[in-house]
Amino acid sequence: MSSAPESLHRALGLTDSEFDDIREVLGREPNPLELALYGVMWSEHCSYKSSRIHLRRLPTEAPHVLVGPGENAGVIDAGDGIAVAIRIESHNHPSAIEPYQGAATGVGGILRDVFTMGARPLAVMDPLFFGELTDARQRWLVEGVVSGISGYGNSVGVPTIGGELTFDACYASNPLVNVLCAGALPTERLVLGVASGVGNLAVLLGSSTGRDGIGGVSVLASAGFAGDDGAASLDDAKRPSVQVGDPYEEKRLIEACLELLDRGLVVGIQDLGGAGLVCATSETAARGGVGMDVDITAVPLREAGMQPYEIMTSESQERMLAIIAPESWPAVAQLCAKWEVRANVVGHVVEPDLDSDGNPVGMLRVRRGFDGEVLAEVPAASLADEAPLYDRPRRPPDDLDEIRADDPTDDEPIGSPNDDLLRLLIDPAWVYRQFDSQLFLNTVVGPGRDAALLRLAGPGLPFSERGFALSTDSNPRWCALDPRAGTALTVAESVANLACVGATAKAVVNCLNFGNPEHPEVMWQLSEAIDGMAEACRGLDLPVIGGNVSLYNESGGKDIDPTPVVGLLGVVESLVAPPPGWAWHDGDTVMLVGTRHAAGDQPFPLGGTKWATQRGRRGGHVPVFEPKSFRTTAGFVAREISTICAGATSDVTAVHDVGGGGLATALAEMAATTGVGVEVGELQAHGELFAEFPGRFVMATSDPESFMSRAAQAGVPVVLLGIAGGLSLRIGSSIDLSVDDIAVRRRDALSEALASLD
Amino acid sequence: MTRIGVVVFPGSNCEYDAAAAVSQLGATAEFVWHSATDLSDFDGIILPGGFAHGDYLRPGALARFSPVMEVVARFAEQGGAVLGICNGFQVLTEAGLLPGALQKNRGLTFLCQPTTLIVESTKSVLTRLATRGQELRIPINHFSGAYTCDDATYAALEANDQIVLRYKENPNGSRGDIAGVANMAGNVVGLMPHPERAMSTLLGSADGRVLLESFLSVPVSAG
Repeated sequence: MSSAPESLHRALGLTDSEFDDIREVLGREPNPLELALYGVMWSEHCSYKSSRIHLRRLPTEAPHVLVGPGENAGVIDAGDGIAVAIRIESHNHPSAIEPYQGAATGVGGILRDVFTMGARPLAVMDPLFFGELTDARQRWLVEGVVSGISGYGNSVGVPTIGGELTFDACYASNPLVNVLCAGALPTERLVLGVASGVGNLAVLLGSSTGRDGIGGVSVLASAGFAGDDGAASLDDAKRPSVQVGDPYEEKRLIEACLELLDRGLVVGIQDLGGAGLVCATSETAARGGVGMDVDITAVPLREAGMQPYEIMTSESQERMLAIIAPESWPAVAQLCAKWEVRANVVGHVVEPDLDSDGNPVGMLRVRRGFDGEVLAEVPAASLADEAPLYDRPRRPPDDLDEIRADDPTDDEPIGSPNDDLLRLLIDPAWVYRQFDSQLFLNTVVGPGRDAALLRLAGPGLPFSERGFALSTDSNPRWCALDPRAGTALTVAESVANLACVGATAKAVVNCLNFGNPEHPEVMWQLSEAIDGMAEACRGLDLPVIGGNVSLYNESGGKDIDPTPVVGLLGVVESLVAPPPGWAWHDGDTVMLVGTRHAAGDQPFPLGGTKWATQRGRRGGHVPVFEPKSFRTTAGFVAREISTICAGATSDVTAVHDVGGGGLATALAEMAATTGVGVEVGELQAHGELFAEFPGRFVMATSDPESFMSRAAQAGVPVVLLGIAGGLSLRIGSSIDLSVDDIAVRRRDALSEALASLD
Repeated sequence: MTRIGVVVFPGSNCEYDAAAAVSQLGATAEFVWHSATDLSDFDGIILPGGFAHGDYLRPGALARFSPVMEVVARFAEQGGAVLGICNGFQVLTEAGLLPGALQKNRGLTFLCQPTTLIVESTKSVLTRLATRGQELRIPINHFSGAYTCDDATYAALEANDQIVLRYKENPNGSRGDIAGVANMAGNVVGLMPHPERAMSTLLGSADGRVLLESFLSVPVSAG
C-alpha cells in the first residue's frame, strides 16, 4: 500500500486537519483508496459534521417512537400491529444540474431508505422550490423535475400524494427538490441495517455498478455552486456526479427485498445511497460492532477498467446490501432470480480486531478476492460515526435589525386588493396530476388540499380501520426574518394542516435546507431554526424521528433563504368516511375558527407574508407563536373532523386552514372549489385580509348554533363571517370578485406562467 | 366462487389493487407470474395496470412476448373473460387480442385525474350489468392512453358495437373519445380508466363496481 500524494486529500474535499485526524486514526499514512473512502464518508452530506452538535437539541422521544433519528428511516407504532416508517431527503444539487435524473433518483433513494426498514413504501411527497417562472431556465427546471418525479414514481409504483410548490428568486440558481416517503409494515417485521453474526454474508442486490455519481456526496452535495449564474455555469463539470435512475430495476428490487424480509431470509439490510458501497458496508459493520471484508472483484461492474475507489464510492442507483446467514444463500439466490434481480456475495462479516487496549475494533477491509490482497483497511466506525464535528462560528446577519424595521404591516394599502388576491392564487394541479396519487387504493384525500389522508392499509399489513395523514410545510419568508420563530410557526402550520383532515400529529421529520455553513450567518440561521423546531415540538409534544440536512445551497456566494421543511405524520383512529373538503354549500354559515388576532404587538402582522413578498416588501416581524391557544384550536378542529371520518353525522360541511396568502386566499380557494360565493362583512383592518399566522381555520356549518356551542365549550373563539350563496366573493369594501374569475385565474395561473414564451 | 387470475409481469404495479377489488366483490384472486403456461384454474383473467417490463421500447411491446400471453390468447379464443386495465389494455393491443393501439396523451404529460365515462355498449363482459348511456366516474392514470386506429378499424368497431366506454370529456386525445374497447365476441375488453380505483365512496367513487361485477357475473369457463 503506497501512501497518498501530499495534496490528494484536498482534491477529495478533506481539510488539512481532517487529514491529520485520519493519520491519527490509522496510526500511519493512508493510501489513496483509504483517503477516498474518508473523503466521501466525512463529507458534509454523509457525516452531518456541521449540524450534528445542534441536531442533538431536538426532542426525539415519545412512547410510540420505535426508531428515532440515525437509522435509515424513523418508525412509529401506528396501532393495530402496524408501524409507519418515514424519511425525508433532499436532492437539490443533482436536480439543479440535471432536473429529470436529479428528481427521479431522489425518489428512488428515499424509497430504498423506507423499504430498508422492512416497510412497503406507500406514499411520496415532494416539496419543490424554484426561482420565479418569468425566467426560462426555471420553467425548464420545473418541467424536468416534475417529469422526473412522475417518470420514476409512477413506474416504480408508489403514489405521490402531495407536496409543496414555492417560487422565489432566492432559489433561481439553487432549486430545492425535497422528497418524503412513508411506508408501513407489520410491527413485528421491523428490521435494522445491522451486520451481525460473524460468518454471515453481505449480498449486493440490484444494479451493476458504474461510474455514475462518483463523488456525488462530496463534489456535488457538499459544495456550493461558484458561478454567478449558479448551476448553469457548472453543468458540464458536475453533471457526471449525477446518478441515473431505472425505476423498473427499483420496482423489482422492492418486491424482491420485501419478499426476502417476509420469508425471514435476511439478518439486516441497508440501501446503497450517498457514498455507495463504502457507506453501506461501513455503516452496517459499525452498527453490528463487527468487521467486514469486501471483495471488489465480486461486484458486478457496468464498465471495464473501474478503479477500486470508483467501485467503492459509486452512487449507481437501485442497489441494496443484504446481510444473510450462509445457509440462506441458495434461497436468496433463487428468489432474486425470479424477480430478475442480480445478487452477488461481495462481503463477509468477520470478527473485529482488538486494539492495543484489547477493545474490539470492526475493520472494513477492501480486498482483491476474499483471500487476496488488502487494498484498504480502516476501522468501520471511524468512517461511519467518527467524522470530526464542527461548532462553526455563528452570528446573525448584520442587516437583520434594519430588515426587521422595514415592516410592511403599517404600509398604507395601495392598489387594488382584488388584484392582489388574484395574484396570490395558484392551483398546483398541473404538477400533481402528473403523479399517480391513488395506487394501493388508500388515498382518501389526495394532493392539493391542506394535508393528505390515506387508509393505513397495504399489501401484507394486518387489517386496520385507521388512517394516516401527511403534510409538508415550510415558510422561508418567515425564516429569513426570524429563523427561530419562523420554524416554530412552520411546525404549527403543519399541525393545523393535519387537523383539517381529522388527524392527530404523531411525529416530525425535517429537511433543513440552508446555505453555506462556513458563513456564520447561515450557521446562526441553522442553529436558530433547530431551536425553534425544538421549542415548537416540545410545546406540542412531538418527537422528531428523522431528518436530513442540506447545506451549501448557495451560488455565486449568495445563500438561499433558510428553508427548513417540516414533514408531519399523523394518525386518524377510525377512517370510514371522507372528511369534509373545501366545498361549502349554499346557505351554510361560514366562520373563522380560532384566535382572530396574532399574539404579540401586531394583531395582523404582514411581515414575511406572501402578500408583502409579492409587493417586493421582504422586511418586518414574524408573528409570535403561542402554543396554548393554538393547541386548543387545532385539537378542537381535529376532533370535529375525526368524528366525521369515524362515520358520525356532523353539521360541519367544509374546513380549510388559513395559511399562505391569509384569510382572503383561504376564502377564495374555497369559493373556487365549490362554485358558491360568500359575502363577508367589513374586516377589522386591511391587514386581516392577508396576514398569516397559524391556528385559524375557515369552517362552514349547516347548524351554526350547535357548532358555536361546541366551540364555546372547547374554549375556541369563532367569528361569523357570512352565509354562503351567490356567485361572488365579497369581503367588506375591499374584495368583490366573481367566483368564476377566481376559479379560472387559480386554475390557469401555473400553466400560463409555464407557457410564456420569453 | 369465481376464480380470477391476475397476471403479474415484472413491473406491474396495480396487481394488488385489482385483486383487492375483485375480492371485495366475492371472487377469489390469485397472482399469475408472467412465465405461467396454465390458466385452466381460472374463470377470468385480469391484466392489471403498471409498467410491464418497464414499458421499455413502448408500453406492452415486450410484455406480449411473456410466456403467459400465449395461454391468455388461447384462454380468450376459447371464450374466457379477459380484462386489460390501463397497461393491461396496452398489452392486449400489442398482443393483437384487441384492435388499435394506445399512443402518448395529447398534452405529452402523464395524467392522473377523475374522468366521466359513458357506457356505449352492454355487450361486453365488462358492461353487461351496466346500462347504455350510464355515466360512471372513474379515474385515469396513464401517459400513453390516447386510443388510435385506422379508419377501417374504427368503422368496424362502431358497426360491431365494440366501443364499450367513451370519455364524456376527452382528457388525452383518444380517437372518438374511446376509453375502452372489446373484441368481436365481447369476452376480451381493455380500458384505460381504473375501475378498481372506484370501488368505494371513501375513495371518491363506487362507480367501478358495476363494471367489475359484470366481469365476475357470468363466469365463462375456458375449459
